[in-house]
Amino acid sequence: MTAKPAVEELDLIETGGPPADSGGRLGYGDDGGDFRPATPRSPQVYVTGIWIALASILMFFMGLTSSFIVRKGLGADWAPFTLPPLLWANSLVLLASSGTLELSRRAYRDGLRSVYRRWWHVTTALGLVFLIGQLVAWQQLRAAGVFVATNPSSSFFYLMTATHGLHLLGGILALAYVAARSRRADLVLWPAERPAVTATATYWHFLGGLWVFLFLLLWLGR
Amino acid sequence: MSTEGHHGAHAAPTGFIRKYIFSKDHKVIGIQYIALAITAVFVGMFLSLLMRLHLAWPTLELPFYGLMTPEQYLALMTMHGTIMVFFVLTTAPQSGFGNYFLPIQIGAADMAFPTLNMLSFWFTFVSFVVMLAAFFVSGGAPISGWTAYVPLSALGEVAGPGLGWGQSLWIVSLAIFSGASLMGALNFITTTLDLRTRGMSLMRMPLSCWAWFITAILALLGFAVLLAAGILLLLDRHAGTSFFIPGGLLVSDRVIDHKGGSPLLWQHLFWFFGHPEVYIAILPGMGIVSHVLSTFARKAIFGYRAMVYAMGAIALLGLGVWGHHMFQSGMSPYSAIAFSLLTMSIGVPSAIKTFNWIGTLWGARIRFSTAMLYALGFVSIFVTGGLSGLFLAQPSVDIPLHDTYFVVAHFHLIMGVAAIFGMFAGTYFWFPKMFGRYLNEGIGKVHFWLTFIGVYAIFMPMHYIGLSGHMRRLPDLSAYTSLADLQPVHLFMSVAAFITIGAQLLFLFNLVWSLLRGKKAVSLNPWEATTLEWTIPSPPPHDNFAGLEPVVHRGPYEFAVPGADNDYTPQHLPEVRAAPAHGDD
Repeated sequence: MTAKPAVEELDLIETGGPPADSGGRLGYGDDGGDFRPATPRSPQVYVTGIWIALASILMFFMGLTSSFIVRKGLGADWAPFTLPPLLWANSLVLLASSGTLELSRRAYRDGLRSVYRRWWHVTTALGLVFLIGQLVAWQQLRAAGVFVATNPSSSFFYLMTATHGLHLLGGILALAYVAARSRRADLVLWPAERPAVTATATYWHFLGGLWVFLFLLLWLGR
Repeated sequence: MSTEGHHGAHAAPTGFIRKYIFSKDHKVIGIQYIALAITAVFVGMFLSLLMRLHLAWPTLELPFYGLMTPEQYLALMTMHGTIMVFFVLTTAPQSGFGNYFLPIQIGAADMAFPTLNMLSFWFTFVSFVVMLAAFFVSGGAPISGWTAYVPLSALGEVAGPGLGWGQSLWIVSLAIFSGASLMGALNFITTTLDLRTRGMSLMRMPLSCWAWFITAILALLGFAVLLAAGILLLLDRHAGTSFFIPGGLLVSDRVIDHKGGSPLLWQHLFWFFGHPEVYIAILPGMGIVSHVLSTFARKAIFGYRAMVYAMGAIALLGLGVWGHHMFQSGMSPYSAIAFSLLTMSIGVPSAIKTFNWIGTLWGARIRFSTAMLYALGFVSIFVTGGLSGLFLAQPSVDIPLHDTYFVVAHFHLIMGVAAIFGMFAGTYFWFPKMFGRYLNEGIGKVHFWLTFIGVYAIFMPMHYIGLSGHMRRLPDLSAYTSLADLQPVHLFMSVAAFITIGAQLLFLFNLVWSLLRGKKAVSLNPWEATTLEWTIPSPPPHDNFAGLEPVVHRGPYEFAVPGADNDYTPQHLPEVRAAPAHGDD
């Protein structure tokens, strides 16, 4: 939320009657009401918005998690399978990407724009490596004869990795968008750059944390 | 998006398509939502008309339709429920009126994310088209009810007509709808938190804004879970998984090749969304009605803070009571007691709200406009429908009443009719602001009385036949000799329904006629109300406040303030003094 200055502190500004495009009708303060020139909309909405979105995404995965727990608890038919060891490497890649993203943000704060962009690109690349790694892990499972419908344990594995991967793909698109806008921002002012960087980073770290949670659930709970 | 970062709002579009079809203006989007809901409500009403015809005269052969089979009846029932709950009750009060008036009432130029807002409407539209498509695929519409209970909904064509393609389209439609609702909720919450104008503290927001805000939180949490449940159900149907489908099923002489799943898991996931959904439908109505009641009672709303906290409590408790839909499904008695106690405790904030509405009316010089009549009707129906909820909240009473017409009566009154009355109140109240013309008050009052008496005539007898043991979802009584005596009651309810549906054509006529020929609303503030939407032209310009922003100095319901010359003090008046009268000439 943006802090709103108390009304009393603001200087009164004459509005000068209804504006020309009000169609000559009454309005905008000629009834004695208090109107002032609009303040620009704060780009802070991006940061607020991402936190609200995270609440919803968390609910989505909690729905899947509770289904996992209930379904496993019932399961005379629940059969564990061996997770591909590649997932450990993938996890490390994703955690490393959160680290490089923080390096990038530090450089951004210090105004080192080329360093900021370099680490930003590294983060994006690591995200892509993670996604490709997940696809390879799927291939390994398929080769081992573990498919979506093989067992509820494998159904949940594919479902959770797929939905997490889709969210991460959204994160990669956001990273790419910010990178493209930042390049232009060297020439043209982009007032929303800081909140956009913050919002993207918040989302990315959340997906890293979510992956750690899902991986532990799938690994320990399989 | 490029200009949205640093300007109050995007520039006004000029082309027809950008202005009216793919518009980012919250007011156009609000009207689009309302138009979609009006289309949907007439489709849903037509389906109920067919059902009521069949219930009154089970052997009647309809033109183009022939004799209705039980499966056809169930398909009509499923689609009636789905269309009404999602595309009417979720769409109009929240996304329709909320989109139009939330930004204006908090003094903002638009929603926080206009592009997302546009996407959210078009997702809803696509979802509606996909839902209607279920009628036209092989097998027709699904027959599993709006709750789509497993295993019926998970097995495919083998379990009955409409459960193949029809059911799949139904699930896909609701998944798209969930996505749209999540985008909408995100927008509503961010807008409320970040875009309030100077001086508009949370506790100075009109109660309608509070209702939209709280509803958005419920939608944000609930629809995420519905989306997850829908994906699981689709996988069970098409990917061979067994999340919900139990083992050992023999359906239509075929062994079902699934095992180990839990139908109860579907019910838990569905109702974790489904119960908050009830409040998603009714809370905006509560907000609108509080707003309208205060305005036409010419009194401050009684207990503003209590109203806010009560809505918050209803929403919070509403997230923890889904189990009361499942007393009969198999549940530990201890869980049932917990769910029952929590459910009954919702009676407390509901009673606070009712008490405060009556407190607002107490000793008031009421102006009986059509909007006010609908607000009063809302209170009446909310109380009637709410009282039967207290019966159903108790497991020992719920078990005999479960799946009878008593339940049908309860939820139609509290969730369907009350929410619709909230919408009507909002329509008659805000129409002059939205279109610069009044709805015809004379037709409006006839419409109100026919509808008000009509809905009681339809739904009160349902309590009676439910108590007599009449199960719901029965296409006709021919197989149940013990219920044969209740057939005349069906005839009565059907006739009442036909008259009530006919009265809605009156509303449609009023809408179209007033849009073209209605009396012009010359005044900005024809109802002498206090909130910000009444300070700007009717209809408002593209960015609402024309490059300005109102500054709020007081709460939303300052009527009859001692010492003030007028009996209403708009929120943006710096000091209490006479506002010039704006009576229409």
